[in-house]
Amino acid sequence: MNAFEIVNLSRRDFLKAGAGLTLGIVVPEAPAQMAGPGRAGGSVVASGAFEPNAFVRIGTDNTVTVIVKHLEMGQGTYTGLPTLVAEELDADWGQIRAEGAPADAGRYNNLFFGTMQGTGGSTALANSFEQMRKAGAAARAMLLAAAAERWNVAPDSITITRGAVVHAPSNRRTNFGQLAASAAKLPVPQEVKLKDPKDFVLIGRRLTRTDSRAKSNGTAIYTQDVKLPGMLTALVAHPPRFGGKAKSFDADKAKAVKGVVDVVAIPQGVAVLANDFWSAKKGRDALAVEWEESGAFKLGSAEIMAEYRKLAATPGLSARKEGDPAGAFARAAKTLEAAYEFPYLAHACMEPMNCVVKLSADACEIWNGEQFQSIDQAEVAAALGMKPEQVKINMLFAGGSFGRRANPHADYVVEAAQIAKAHAEKSGGRVPVKLVWTREDDMRAGHYRPMYHHALKGGLDAQGNIIAWQHRIVGQSILAGTAFAGMMVKDGIDATSVEGAANLPYAVPNLGVELHSPQMGVPVQWWRSVGSTHTAFSTETFLDELAAAGGKDPYQVRRALLAKSPRHKAVLEMAATEADWSTPLVSARVGDRRGRGIAVHESFNTVVAQVAEVTVRRDGSWRVDRVMCAVDCGLAVNPDVIRAQMEGGIVYGLTAALHGAITLKDGVVEQSNFHDYMPLRMNEMPRIGVYIARSSEKPTGVGEPSTPVIAPAVANALFAATGKPIRSLPIRIQA
Amino acid sequence: MITLNVNGKSMQVDADPDTPLLWVLRDHLGMTGTKYGCGMALCGACTVHVNGQPARSCSTPLSAAAGKRITTIEGIGQTREGRVLQEAWVANDVSQCGYCQPGQIMSAAALLAKVKRPTDAEIESAMNGNVCRCGTYNRISLAVRQASRNLK
Repeated sequence: MNAFEIVNLSRRDFLKAGAGLTLGIVVPEAPAQMAGPGRAGGSVVASGAFEPNAFVRIGTDNTVTVIVKHLEMGQGTYTGLPTLVAEELDADWGQIRAEGAPADAGRYNNLFFGTMQGTGGSTALANSFEQMRKAGAAARAMLLAAAAERWNVAPDSITITRGAVVHAPSNRRTNFGQLAASAAKLPVPQEVKLKDPKDFVLIGRRLTRTDSRAKSNGTAIYTQDVKLPGMLTALVAHPPRFGGKAKSFDADKAKAVKGVVDVVAIPQGVAVLANDFWSAKKGRDALAVEWEESGAFKLGSAEIMAEYRKLAATPGLSARKEGDPAGAFARAAKTLEAAYEFPYLAHACMEPMNCVVKLSADACEIWNGEQFQSIDQAEVAAALGMKPEQVKINMLFAGGSFGRRANPHADYVVEAAQIAKAHAEKSGGRVPVKLVWTREDDMRAGHYRPMYHHALKGGLDAQGNIIAWQHRIVGQSILAGTAFAGMMVKDGIDATSVEGAANLPYAVPNLGVELHSPQMGVPVQWWRSVGSTHTAFSTETFLDELAAAGGKDPYQVRRALLAKSPRHKAVLEMAATEADWSTPLVSARVGDRRGRGIAVHESFNTVVAQVAEVTVRRDGSWRVDRVMCAVDCGLAVNPDVIRAQMEGGIVYGLTAALHGAITLKDGVVEQSNFHDYMPLRMNEMPRIGVYIARSSEKPTGVGEPSTPVIAPAVANALFAATGKPIRSLPIRIQA
Repeated sequence: MITLNVNGKSMQVDADPDTPLLWVLRDHLGMTGTKYGCGMALCGACTVHVNGQPARSCSTPLSAAAGKRITTIEGIGQTREGRVLQEAWVANDVSQCGYCQPGQIMSAAALLAKVKRPTDAEIESAMNGNVCRCGTYNRISLAVRQASRNLK
């Protein structure tokens, strides 16, 4: 019937009681207090006849708690998934609460990831769209049946509107809370009918985020805020270069610091455990470690890029070939070549990586904001000699992630487990351990968006039409050596290295895309919008260069080449219309140059077009004045969350375009904190307008797709203003 | 023992005088609304008020905070500015990950306590030290302006 049911047939049974009862209605002893993880957890739920780990829990206090299987890292999934449940349940939005699901892939797997539980690839709402609606519809049917039984009337004579259960003929009314206990005794319906979209009352409307209040008064709980009895805080001295190891260390001075309890060696370095952060920090400062660096990575960014440039001059593995590029270049009236360069990028979440671990004889309990529960369970289990199901995970809010907490090797989670294990083995006792990375640890830990070099060549005919396109990409594979390689690396092509380039939407008859995936000792990872972070930039700015070489308007060139890509064309036209594309920009001051640039790109099945307007002053300083962003993400479930993600994605991408670069010198990361890895601040903000295309198609993701579009839109605007193309990031222009 | 006045309450702390106020609040007093982001007064996530002035608690030693009035995100809702700001934050769904927002609200509250009707330039100047990686800046300035209008 639809994609996820095909890939995950067993889950079709999820509403059947016999299949483990993933929908449950339990009666809480005490009312769930508020939205958010760590608040309405197991302690307030009675050990009733029904499993609490479901998608929906209705309390006698009339609250409806939606158990969300995805990480809330800012993207709004604690609002999006509950919206789907509330819609089919006909609940009042005010009675809805959200709670993070524990690690349990049998129930909470991502339907797009097969049997794995995890959040990523802008899939949270998309994979849950029918699943959560069905959960809400089933709960509604049970409540309705309970009311019919209580009043002894026909179910179809009862209406449910905004949480009010009403039998109009007898003028009787009740609510979910009063029905919860009886509904819990009823069988779960085998089949439920979902609403016709024309009857939606919550989907498509602006609803307040379930986590807004807790995040405005300091009560939202993140990993950093967890405190367990007897807990120690651990800081780790990591090797200064990737691949280094501790040869020896002298812990005497560290142990002399008041509050320091233990110093232990772990595979990643040396950990200092103390009663509190500051003692651990002073202990680590006092620690003397000698590093073994024979296997360490010692190249600098300049040497890495030099190697990439050499590779770019040679043919790579073919990721896509259309027509006869060589023949077309031979007959082209004009050819153009350009090389693009991209640095490593850190995710730099506001909450640096951290993790709380508590070991017992036969289990490991974790408190964390988890993007990849299944991988973290497996990796931690392997490190501790346990089975994955012995690793329990309690979900907390994440202070940003942008892909960072989805580490294919569970790096910092395993590190926390290893510290707890090493301390337990040494001390003979098991105490909870909170691993805390400082900002500097976080910045220098690797797992960056890889460096890339792109070489592009385009051929134009005598009329300026693009007849040939060759694109060669050089950069580390994100997926090689991970559990995802089997699925996403085919014939040596890592799909994440070429996404956005190999599926170039433009109708160019002769096209070749090639890839080199050199190995480097710098750990790399996906970063918000993954491959599109670089492919959108090179393809969309090169297209503007070709348009200019052919004497054409960049917007009209795109329109013509997108005749067979209606979603791209529609959002492109939307953004251009909102920006008054054909109206020239006016300079506010004499000598200011202004420019407008456009870019369109699809990622994660969502298409985004942006028009950026810039002002370049006489001294060469410049700013982005305004961004118009149009998006087609299918049905707009939460329009304001979509707007927020478009705005946030633009800021994330613009930050990288203006400032973002992690550089290495002799293998050592040169940046350490926000003074040399600069975030965008309020004074650099453009005005942003977001326009959502009307669509009745299934919803697609919004967390990532606006990020890759802003840099090329801005670069194209600067090209329009100055006549000089931008070919490397971060953007540096000459006065 | 050092005595601190936090949100109108007197509290005893047994910590070294060089311990940053941030870690005293979080680890010694169990008040975790004030966040750690950079440890170098670069990001503003740890912003509190010391005698009504915004201060980066990560870089304020305990010794410098002793005897002064400290207000944190846990207490700012008791002030008029704090209350209208928190309402505006919710009304505009400013927060995404939310980790920086206590610091943002504390900076905004210090501004509104001093300037009831700030200009856009004054908002930018007061808020520029607070980093938000989720990119909520435009909503933050919208919420500050709305809160300012609601300050009667």
